[in-house]
Formats: sequence, structure tokens, C-alpha cells
Amino acid sequence: MKLTLKVWRQKNNADKGGFVSYPLDGISTDMSFLEMLDVLNEELTEKGEDPVHFDHDCREGICGMCSLYINGKPHGPQQTTTCQLHMRSFNDGDTITIEPWRAAAFPVVKDLVVDRSAFDRIIQSGGYVSVNTGGVPDANEIPIPKTIADEAFDAATCIGCGACVAACKNASAMLFTSAKISQLAMLPQGKVERKARAEKMIAQMDAEGFGACTNTGACSAECPKGISLTNIARMNREYFSAVLSSENV
Amino acid sequence: MILDSKIPAGPLAEKWTKHKFTSKLVNPANKRKYEVIVVGTGLAGASAAASLAELGYNVKAFCFQDSPRRAHSIAAQGGINAAKNYQNDGDSVYRLFYDTIKGGDYRAREANVYRLAEVSVNIIDQCVAQGVPFAREYGGLLANRSFGGAQVSRTFYARGQTGQQLLLGAYSALSRQVANGKVKLYPRTEMMDVVTVDGHAQGIVTRNLITGAIETHAAHAVLLCTGGYGNVFFLSTNAMGSNVTAAWRAHKKGAHFANPCYTQIHPTCIPVSGDHQSKLTLMSESLRNDGRVWVPKTVAMAEKLRKGEIRPRDIQEEDRDYYLERKYPSFGNLVPRDVASRNAKYVCDEGRGVNETGEAVFLDFRDAINRDSEATIRARYGNLFDMYQQITGENPYQTPMKIYPAVHYTMGGLWVDYNLMTSVPGLYALGEANFSDHGANRLGASALMQGLADGYFVIPYTLGDYLAGLGTKPVDTNHPEFEKAVKGVKDKISKLLGIKGTKSVDYFHKKLGKIMWNDCGMARTAEGLTRAKAEIKALRAEFWKDVKVLGENEELNQSLEKAHRVADFLELGELMVDDALNRNESCGGHFREEYQTPEGEALRDDENFAYVAAWKYQGDEQEELLEKEPLVFENVKLTQRSYK
Ligand SMILES: Cc1cc2nc3c(=O)[nH]c(=O)nc-3n(C[C@H](O)[C@H](O)[C@H](O)COP(=O)(O)OP(=O)(O)OC[C@H]3O[C@@H](n4cnc5c(N)ncnc54)[C@H](O)[C@@H]3O)c2cc1C
Ligand code: SF4
Ligand code: FES
Repeated sequence: MKLTLKVWRQKNNADKGGFVSYPLDGISTDMSFLEMLDVLNEELTEKGEDPVHFDHDCREGICGMCSLYINGKPHGPQQTTTCQLHMRSFNDGDTITIEPWRAAAFPVVKDLVVDRSAFDRIIQSGGYVSVNTGGVPDANEIPIPKTIADEAFDAATCIGCGACVAACKNASAMLFTSAKISQLAMLPQGKVERKARAEKMIAQMDAEGFGACTNTGACSAECPKGISLTNIARMNREYFSAVLSSENV
Repeated sequence: MILDSKIPAGPLAEKWTKHKFTSKLVNPANKRKYEVIVVGTGLAGASAAASLAELGYNVKAFCFQDSPRRAHSIAAQGGINAAKNYQNDGDSVYRLFYDTIKGGDYRAREANVYRLAEVSVNIIDQCVAQGVPFAREYGGLLANRSFGGAQVSRTFYARGQTGQQLLLGAYSALSRQVANGKVKLYPRTEMMDVVTVDGHAQGIVTRNLITGAIETHAAHAVLLCTGGYGNVFFLSTNAMGSNVTAAWRAHKKGAHFANPCYTQIHPTCIPVSGDHQSKLTLMSESLRNDGRVWVPKTVAMAEKLRKGEIRPRDIQEEDRDYYLERKYPSFGNLVPRDVASRNAKYVCDEGRGVNETGEAVFLDFRDAINRDSEATIRARYGNLFDMYQQITGENPYQTPMKIYPAVHYTMGGLWVDYNLMTSVPGLYALGEANFSDHGANRLGASALMQGLADGYFVIPYTLGDYLAGLGTKPVDTNHPEFEKAVKGVKDKISKLLGIKGTKSVDYFHKKLGKIMWNDCGMARTAEGLTRAKAEIKALRAEFWKDVKVLGENEELNQSLEKAHRVADFLELGELMVDDALNRNESCGGHFREEYQTPEGEALRDDENFAYVAAWKYQGDEQEELLEKEPLVFENVKLTQRSYK
């Protein structure tokens, strides 16, 4: 395959940045998207030009490290992670535009790499059950209906990639935040702290500068793990019932 | 120096309880006077950092990814073992202990393994309390499955994403301690060196991956939880960033490296598709519970398959060779990983491989789907099947999967004593980074168990004993040793950037990987290993003359990051070869062709090789010194492993 890549290059956060075009030849349809970028980078290195920086690690669709806004869609044309996207989803002669996630709360570090530490801070504000190591009951002491365990699991599969934010015209982090709130609110272990958790996590989400939710659903449609919009509805319920009786925040 | 494993005296089942009792305790009011550095935030690191912070220590946690949640542990699929015996099928702490010792081909310490089995039950309780959504039965209790050669169902799982859910549990506990101010996080920070003062580990030197700043951190103890070194083979199932740098630099500061040649080749991975390949993807071996492994009986038929003249479904039952079921009737498709991998290699070497490259065998779900329905199989393995289809473009519900072995896990690692302390006082190694519990071969679902056992339930006790003996005097970053270590790191960076050669870092990494895979992979010979040693030496010399690392230090520079890691792999690779050459026997993942039974199984030499090979660094370009820790078996009888 022969391609033209239009890649966002930005030296660092202070730099203005802009697109640079690179022609690329000899790409196999079996390659993953990131392997295609590896080829580009080997060519750039050969020529003595700085390789394109992008985040990645597991290349298995689970660590959430890869990002990339490809032809106007986070993680590209398929509902999967960029590392699991393969070149058979493109055609010979295509021009592919590659940008970083765009959101005020995700500042660009370099080229296609952004800073998503805001997500960590949202979890730190309450995305856990407050138990210490040791002294917990036997795992089978609290039976949990399979349907509830499965639903909690579905919410728990969020990989923290940030595609939901990148997909949203308001750069809202509702889907990410609601997935964690939902998972823990559904399980008996998480119920004790559910109100305080919802309030604190939403407060932190707002403090990080993520936008509001206007229910367009672009987040869930682009989420590589198919995290459902019902989590947002559940989070809103958690939140309103919390603020009605609140002593927190 | 004689390596002292510090295994407590007394009967096996009482060792750990007694040891906990005789370990010194740190006064609760004094805990906040201690600083502890934890490098790595995978299962081992995150669980250790959270647990130590809960106890009151001040913890600094480091990782090279942008968030602690992305550590490579996240990718583990299949499950985690625990001797809960919830299924009433005959499991017990002793059985898990016995299976692990036997599975490791009698090359692990009894006492460590027994402790691991003992604390395994606490791990599941802890994770459930954190809200980890394990699979459950309709009655609401936890579900189990049998995994990787075990004859009891002791594996707990969360669909095919067990590592993710366990790591997110540990990450949430860690995050809670960050919020409490007891853990300070340093993401996108790479450890470059350990600092020792008067022989004790007292801190580390790091590079901020965004700004390039070289910084020092002092502490009373340093814990390396930095994972395994499978990426020395370039292609492996490990994440792209997994590396040996932290462990290797500790090795160069005096920590012994144990059993480096013990690598695990996992039997069920997606085969290599071409030269562009950057990593290999594991298909969880839980698939072997329902999938049947086969190749055509004849080379002629395999050739037709490879040419695309026939499809797998066209091959009749009597023309298929379910070689694992045939050779190992009692374990069948569930033989341990090393046995399954080697047999795949044999049938492919015979010319019966089933894809274009001739390096693949089938893993077929046809019978399971006919027996249990497609929906049942989808519920069990849906995400794995999707991933397979995403990568290969083939639908495994309709046509058998193609699989081939790939490098997956490294049993070797930093030598540690029973307390998880390396041979450098105050320097600990946890999780895959140490060598401790799996002998020459790791059983499936036991790495997650070990990482969490080390972090949640072992180090909180053993570290206290060391710290209590140390006193609360603060450590001093102004000690000249820090400055010396910083200078060493800066010099190395300037050297790498200054070479301005002609070949990229990946070029060297790929070349090294090929050498390792061909001559220090699934089957090894003295001849091949000797050749590999010379080739690695030459490649390393070429690297330092001709590598091309662009850019500068003071920015995000991924080529420079890789260059550091590959430089260390080029040294480690040679040690692996030395270790494999020294071990004139076959055991577990280490298969020397010269040493096999008439049936082609691994032939151990217990009389001469029942020891841990711990290597001591002697200086650049010097041969390393081998020190042996004898393995003493007081409870299990050493037998030839047999899975017939
Ligand atoms: C695909 C796959 C599937 C697996 N499935 C299973 C399974 O089903 N069951 C099972 O039991 N095991 C499984 N394993 C094995 C298991 O996942 C690993 O052995 C285990 O997770 C390792 O955990 P760890 O905490 O030791 O290290 P890791 O999770 O690898 O973490 C290493 C940490 O160290 C940090 N680090 C490394 N070097 C540096 C440095 N120089 N400076 C700073 N930070 C550094 C990294 O950032 C990271 O945070 C699987 C492995 C793979 C590859
Ligand atoms: S909700 Fe989906 S898109 Fe958003 S961070 Fe989680 S996995 Fe990524
Ligand atoms: S690199 Fe891990 S999800 Fe893509």
C-alpha cells in the first residue's frame, strides 16, 4: 500500500505545532496502525529527522496508553484502540490525518503525546473502596448476583484511554468518570461510600477543566470498550441523591 | 560471599508464621520517619506501595508509563490461582505448593513456594474487598476454572481481563494513598541507577522522560518491581516498554542475577505475520480448556494447507493428529507450557506447520462449539476471539485459530533471599523482577498470584524487619555517591547521543532478538550458545560504534529511552547465554538438546544442577562470577515430570 500521512508535529507544549505530510510506501495490510508508524519512524531516523512521538505500550488494546485522532475519529475508523487497528481498514492511496487528543484538560506534551494525568487525579479523588490490606472478610462471604457482577464488570473494563473526551465536542469526561462510579456503586463493597464518591469525583472532574455533558453520545460510540451511556445516567442519579443529603464537598 | 537464603528453620508449614513472629517490628510512631522507594507500579509495585503507605511509611512510586494503571500487568488475561478449594475438588495449600514445585521442574525453593501457596487465599479476599469484579456463578459465589495444566479448578478470573481488573484494584488502593499524601507518584520517570552508600541501597537516579532532567531520590530502602526481561528477544508478548534496565543497573551495583536463562515460551500466541511485526499477542491458555490442538498427519497435507489448496475443515478426523492428546493421554491439551511449546516446534520442524511460514498449529473450537453451543463459548472467550479476529482477519468460530509459541515470561531475575532482599542490603525485588518462586517453568495464573503475594503480604513484614534494624536516621541525598551515580548516567546519555552512527536502535534490537530466539530459545545446544555469545559480543561492539540516536536529552526522546534499554539487553543477552551454557541439563523452560530422555522429554541432572545459578557482575566486558545456592528438598521427592 501507498499512503500519504498528514501528521501533527509539535516540539513541546509551548510550540504552536502544525501538520507535516509524509509519503509512505510498502505498507502491508497485515500491519497494525502503530507498526505502520514504526515504519515511518525508521525512515525518518534514516534521514536524520526526529521520529514522530506517540504513546503506546501493550499493543493489545488493554493498557489504554495509545491514543491518536485518526481522520477525525479517536482511535480511527473502527471501534477499537489504535494499536488494534490494522491497515486492512484503509485503502491504497489513502491520505490519513493523524492528530493528538484535543482537550484543554489533556495538554499536548510532544507531537501526538498528551498528558492525561487528570484521569489519575479523578480516581484519586474517590475511585476506590477504602479498605486496607489485610483484615477483610472471606471472598465468598458476600454473594453478588451474577447479573450485577457482570454489569459491574462491564463498567470496570474502561481502559482510561481518553477517547471519550477526544470524541466529545465539549471534551467532557463523564463517560470515564461514570464508569468507575457505576462499577463501585453496583457492588456491595462500594455501596458504603457511594455518595461521597460521586460528589468528590464529579467535583474533581470539573476542577480539571473537562466540559459539560450535552447527551450527544459521541463518547460511547467511539469508546473502544463500548462503555455504555447508562453509566452516565447512573452517575447522575448517584450524584443527585448524594447532593440532596450531602455533607461532603 | 556465600549467598544466604535466610530460609527460617522448622517444619515447612510453620516457617512463615514463625518468621513473621520473629521479625522485628517498626514502632507505629516511627514508620513515618522512613522513606521507601518503589520502582514499578504493576501488581507487585502497586500492591507494595499501597500496603506500605497504609502502614505509615512514606512512599515514592515510579513508573515509565503516563499512569501507574498502564503497567504491563494490565495485559494478563487468564486468571490468578489460589488454594481456596471453593470447588471441593481436592485442592489445598499443600497441593498448590506441590504443583508449583513440580511444574517448576524442581528448581525453586520449597519454603518460598509454600509461603506463596499459603498467602494465595488472602489475595482473593483482598481483591474482592476492593471491588474487583471476578466471574461469579448464578448463586452469587465466585467461579473458578482449571488452567494451564492444573487438575483442580483453582483459578479465579475476570473474563479474559484478569490482570486488568487486579491491577485496577491495586491502582485504586495506590490512588487512595496518593490522596492521603502517603504516596508521591512519579509517572513518566525512568529509573537509571541505584545508589548504594556503604554497601546499602539508599536511593535511585531517575530521568524525567518529558524534560530529560536527571534527578536523585534518597530512601531507607528501594524496592524494584520492574517486571520481566522477555523483550530481550525483541518479539515477545510483553508490552513494548518492558525492559531489564532497572534490574540490570542494580545487578551492576552488586545484586546477583539468578537463573537468567529460564525463559518461558508460551504455547498459544498469534503467529508472526511478517518482518514488520513489533510484538506478539498472547491468546490466553485458558483456551486450551476447550480448544483442541492439532496438525495434519502428513507433510503432504500440510503443504496443501499452506498453499491454500484445502481448508482446515476439509481435513477429515482420521487425517488430523491431535498430537498432545496422543502423546499425553492423561493431560492432553493441558500439558504445561514448556511441553506444549516444544511439541508445537517439533511438528512444525517436521514440516507439518499450517500457515504460510510453516510455523503455526491449529487450536480448534469446533468440538467445543458443537458440545456447548457458540453462545457458551462466546461467553467464555468472547473478547479473545474478537481480538484474534481483529489481528488476523479470520473468524475463529468458523475456522480453527492458528497459534505458535512465543516468549512470554522470565522466571530468572534478581536473586532474592526469603525476605525478598537482593544481595545488596536494603534493595528488594518483587514480582517478575525477582527469580524466586517459579523454578525453571511457571504455571499458568501463578505470576499474578506471586506479584500480589509479594506486594500485599510478604514485603510489609520483611521490610519492617530490615528498617527496624536500621534506625530512623534520615538518608542524605548530598552524599558523594549520589553525585557519582548522576555523573555516570549523564555520561552514558552523552555517549549514546554522541555516537551519531548509521543504524537505528530497533535495528540492533531486532538483530539481538533473532540471535536469542534461534540459539537461546525453545531448544538450545552448546554449539549454538557458543556461537550466540560471539555474535552478541560483536553486535554490542557495533551498537556502541554505530547506533543512531537522534534528538537531545532535554526533551521527550523515545529513541534515547529505547537506546538505554537495548544497551542493557545487549549485556543481559550474553549472561543468559552463559547461564544456558553452564546448565548442562534440561529443566522446564531450559531445554538443552544434548540432555533429553529417549522420548524427547527434558532430562534433569539433580545431582549436579539442583542449584540456583546466581551471577555476580565483575566489571565491563568481564566474565561474570557464578555463585551457587544449593536447593534442598525436604518435603517433595524429585521425580521425572511425567504428563503421560
Ligand atoms: C500477555 C500476557 C498475559 C499474561 N497472563 C497472565 C495470567 O493470566 N496469569 C498470570 O498469573 N500471569 C500472566 N502473565 C504474567 C504476568 O502478567 C506478569 O508476570 C506480571 O503481571 C508482572 O507483574 P510485575 O508487577 O512484576 O511487573 P509489571 O506489571 O511488568 O510492571 C513493571 C512496572 O515497572 C515499571 N518499570 C520498569 N522499568 C522501569 C524503570 N527503569 N524505571 C521506572 N519504572 C520502571 C513499569 O513502568 C511498570 O510500572 C501474563 C503476561 C503477559 C505478557
Ligand atoms: S470510557 Fe471508553 S473511551 Fe473513555 S477512557 Fe474509558 S475506555 Fe476510553
Ligand atoms: S497500546 Fe495498550 S491499548 Fe493500545
